[in-house]
Amino acid sequence: MKLRIHSNKRLLIQLLVLLTIISFLGVVLNNLVINLIRTGMGISFNWLIHPTGFELSEHAIEYSPSDNYVKVLLIGWLNSLKVIIVSLVFATILGLIAGSARIGKNIFLSQVSSAYVAIVRQIPLLLQLFFWYFIGFLNLSESGFAPLGSIIELSNQGINLLGVKLSAEFSAVVLGLTIFTGASIAEIIRGGLKSVSKGQWEAFRSLGIQESIGLRVIIIPQALPAILPALTSQYLNLAKNSTLAIAVGYADLYAVSDTVITQTGRAIEGFTLLLLIFLSFNLIISIFMGMVNKLAIDKNIK
Amino acid sequence: MGLKSKVIQLERVKAFWKTLLGVSILTTGCAKLDTSSVSRLELIQNRGELHCGVSGKIPGFSFLGSDGNYEGFDVDICKAMAAAFLGDDKKVQYRPLTAPERFTALKTGEIDVLSRNTTFNLSRDSVGGNGVTFAPVVFHDGQGLMVKEESNVLSIDDLESSDICVGSGTTTEQNLNDTFQEKKLSYTPIKYQDLNQVIAGYLQGRCRAMTSDLSQLSAARSGFENPEKHIILNTVMSKEPLAPASIGGDQKLSDAIRWVIYALIQAEELNINKKNINLKLVEAKSNKNLTTLRRFLGVDGALGNKLGLENDFVVKIIQSTGNYADIYTRNLGPGTSVPIKRGLNALYKDGGVLISPPMK
Repeated sequence: MKLRIHSNKRLLIQLLVLLTIISFLGVVLNNLVINLIRTGMGISFNWLIHPTGFELSEHAIEYSPSDNYVKVLLIGWLNSLKVIIVSLVFATILGLIAGSARIGKNIFLSQVSSAYVAIVRQIPLLLQLFFWYFIGFLNLSESGFAPLGSIIELSNQGINLLGVKLSAEFSAVVLGLTIFTGASIAEIIRGGLKSVSKGQWEAFRSLGIQESIGLRVIIIPQALPAILPALTSQYLNLAKNSTLAIAVGYADLYAVSDTVITQTGRAIEGFTLLLLIFLSFNLIISIFMGMVNKLAIDKNIK
Repeated sequence: MGLKSKVIQLERVKAFWKTLLGVSILTTGCAKLDTSSVSRLELIQNRGELHCGVSGKIPGFSFLGSDGNYEGFDVDICKAMAAAFLGDDKKVQYRPLTAPERFTALKTGEIDVLSRNTTFNLSRDSVGGNGVTFAPVVFHDGQGLMVKEESNVLSIDDLESSDICVGSGTTTEQNLNDTFQEKKLSYTPIKYQDLNQVIAGYLQGRCRAMTSDLSQLSAARSGFENPEKHIILNTVMSKEPLAPASIGGDQKLSDAIRWVIYALIQAEELNINKKNINLKLVEAKSNKNLTTLRRFLGVDGALGNKLGLENDFVVKIIQSTGNYADIYTRNLGPGTSVPIKRGLNALYKDGGVLISPPMK
């Protein structure tokens, strides 16, 4: 009987929460519809096929201002994807190095890496982006300098890497996101490795197994279940943070939508599309990480 | 689980959905579309404060002064409205807005009036576009290009395949494209969300040129270390009639705003300014033959009442901000840090395009 009352109470609370959410959504929707009627604008997506009339600095596929809004949003999507994937790879590498360095035996490396994590995690990402862009890249001279001969050339126009030109905006966003997310990933890696009991480390060391092999074969497989979920959430954060690209003039999806929305006056439709498209980035990451997770766990079971 | 408990559970689920449906109908029904809708003008008057959207970043137009108050041409337009609507030009709350934010702020009712270097055009005015209502043009501007002296750029043709810094979400972006396309010149736009970033990008050498309205270019240049090292090219890429805007479909408010602007121009036409307004008022009251003046200043007739304002709203405006010329000289005149010649913004009888319809 006691159990019954308990479950009824729980049901009531759940019901209340649900009702609150539904009422809130109801009020929002209602206001939206009424405001749309009041301003005389319905919801329409016809504008998507009109020519945009604005140029873009970076486009992965061919584009001219006579192309329509669908195409320009697609280009924005591709630009975002480019920034997200590149930063994600670099941030993971940086995080792995910094995270392992922190628990490694080399005191100098471990101190450097903990200073990196401490400083970077405490400065807002937007400030960091401004720093890399306005103080980092734009302060370089126009002629540029080549620290590694002809391999890489840096100037205030961007990076020239083996003939591939990366704009200053793109480079600043990737640099900012990599360094910012790398710090969080480093902490996750460190936490994951620490979660493996000390006995495991001592065991393989006492067996005379090399440190790198022991780490790869014994420690990391055990640390992965602790690392992967947190890593996924960092990747999702990275994708969302990429919208800050607008602050340094990179034509990502959000920056493109921003222009589209002001030009067409279709804020509701524009933002709805933006939300759905962002969901797509994060679904891609979630699905990918889900697969990695499954693989890691399967391997562990075997 | 027995059959009985299954039935109970089913009943519970059913009841749950019913309640849910009931509540959602209830909540969506509570806010009704008010067809007799109250004008925002009355809302402003009841509130006792005007919410005015400005840029806040353009010297001469709207800028945070050293005393912490907003000042500039656009700000004075807000003040004139507050004086007319509320009888006090201090009853304004300024909201600094970026270009992409401004129309949303109007639509959502965050601001009553937008007085922020906004170009009046068809797409923005129409119901199928941004759906706002524009007041008369307060400043006729044009879009230009600024380059560094050392760049040796003398005309727009020298900018072939250059990077150009531009603010996003503005008509500027489209004009730039139209002009370059017409001239068959290629270029790369480097877009920033904010004018300050455009300026930073330009000054730091990311772009060979920056583009914006001529007034904004002069304003920006006035803040540079060596203003004379920057040249504004002669090419004017577009006409940019800047006008205040309010939400669409509110005639009472848009009428009131419209006639505040016209009153400023009319006052200049009649040579009534901040210095002589009190004298003119005495003169109007004592001389019954000065019918135009008496009507304009609200001594006779009920022009103000027709707009939902006090009859002496013009007096209140001129007493606080002065006429159009007063506002212009104070913010953009020769003695200021952003001197801009009056040009098109002079009265029609002085070779400009400003004219007020009769106030009768």
